[in-house]
Amino acid sequence: MQFKIVSLIIVALFYCVQGNAQNMQKGKKIYETRCLACHQADGGGVPNMNAPLDAASNVVGKDIARLVRIIRYGYNERIALDGFYYSNAMTASPDLKDNELADLLTYIRNSWSNKASAITIAQVQAAKKKK
Amino acid sequence: MYKLSNVLLACVFALSVNAQENAGLRLPAGFSATLFADQIGTARHITINDKGVLFAKLNNANKAGQSIVRMEDANGDGIAEKISGWGKYGGTGIFVKGNQLYASSDDAVYLYQLDANGEVTNPTAPKTIIQNLHSRRQHASKSITLDPQGNIYVNIGAYSNACQEKDRSVGSKGMMPCPILDSAGGVWKFDGSKENQSYAQGKRYATGLRNVIGLDWNNQTNSLFVTQHGRDQLNTFYPTMYTDAQNADLPAETMYEMKEGDDAGWPYVYYDPFQKKKILSPEYGGDGKLEGGKNALDPLVAFPAHMAPMALLFYKGNQFPAKYKEGAFISFHGSWNRAPLPQEGYFVAFVPFKNGKPSGEWEIFANGFAGADNNKSPRGAKARPCGLAEGPDGSLYVSDDSKGAIFKISFNK
Repeated sequence: MQFKIVSLIIVALFYCVQGNAQNMQKGKKIYETRCLACHQADGGGVPNMNAPLDAASNVVGKDIARLVRIIRYGYNERIALDGFYYSNAMTASPDLKDNELADLLTYIRNSWSNKASAITIAQVQAAKKKK
Repeated sequence: MYKLSNVLLACVFALSVNAQENAGLRLPAGFSATLFADQIGTARHITINDKGVLFAKLNNANKAGQSIVRMEDANGDGIAEKISGWGKYGGTGIFVKGNQLYASSDDAVYLYQLDANGEVTNPTAPKTIIQNLHSRRQHASKSITLDPQGNIYVNIGAYSNACQEKDRSVGSKGMMPCPILDSAGGVWKFDGSKENQSYAQGKRYATGLRNVIGLDWNNQTNSLFVTQHGRDQLNTFYPTMYTDAQNADLPAETMYEMKEGDDAGWPYVYYDPFQKKKILSPEYGGDGKLEGGKNALDPLVAFPAHMAPMALLFYKGNQFPAKYKEGAFISFHGSWNRAPLPQEGYFVAFVPFKNGKPSGEWEIFANGFAGADNNKSPRGAKARPCGLAEGPDGSLYVSDDSKGAIFKISFNK
């Protein structure tokens, strides 16, 4: 009995990890086509201009609605982040679907030195409802 | 024990950094460099008075709460031992003329008085020379220089990439005519001695310049020279016209001689250094080949794309070999918009001049700022060259606005 539970857990974990790996892969593709030019391959951004995503408190933080909003609508204000300011305008991506937003967020929250929770489609949908 | 070994390692590391030959820079034969100062803050432009006192303008106030840093090397060992500062506002421009020190924020220019020792006499009460200039995040820094008559030239960068209806957006057209150009995207001229000037008292001296950070008055030609930051993201917004590799090389970063009324063509055209033509911007109907800008200037020098020229300095001294006399030094901050291709820049270049015109190809003068084994990511660069200044003895100083180093480069006779 105990053996069965353990193997069930292992199988479930396996699928979780694999699912996550697929999401990460999809997110990476979106990152490379839409984000990398400014936020850079190392997620480090550009001092004074483009905010870093790696080790950025609000990227790995809890305010998912804000992240979703910034990606969908772009950002056109000077932003303060972890003691520095960034001034460049960010292009909007209104055409990304909920699953793509989830994959992209999962990717940026778990790349470079970032280790934060994966983002689900349900979380993206909930975030969109928040103003 | 673990901690002790860490401390020891850090010490060894610090010693090896300090002991680095030529402060880690690679220079032509016969030149050497010292780390004149380090960790002073985000040092943008620098200027030196006739006694060799160096002033740096910081982009943000440093840990000591200073935004203008004064550095003096009294014992002449190539390292500043007297370091002080004042000012609360961030900015880029700084220029000393006799006992008058001009410094800019992102929307104003202030004037400080220095005493005979080069000490500021009115650190908290400068005169406001120019105020209420546009500062709209992008390209907001205000570079300054003066001509011998005391006129001050101020760059007012365009608060846009290519004057699209919606900035940096796929498919958004360029505005015709570009409304930004009436109050930005050019160099403005003011009286360096009058207080409280703004647009109404100044004059748009030259236009069609997306963002000029490097500018210098050339005494030989008695005219203003500038270096422009070319537009970004041709591949991002026009992926069917430009590949990533093409974007990495387009458009050129450019140097112009600007006389009053001149136009360098932004946003309608960009300069393609391979076709050697002014090409119509895709936001204005261009396809990568159509030419435009009939009345716009051609650049005097075209540098590789996206390297970000931060300062321009005509060398007046006699310390360096004869080929450098009257030539131009240009600091390159280092690119970001070459990604996914490797980044470039992070060096100081030299262009030889004869009779006020470039007389040969540009070359790298000082390299190695990014660090020996650095992949040149903007964040990872050890130093990003920014300001340039020439000391009274003819030494060249280079500032770094990431960690706040000041390098002093000299020629050893």
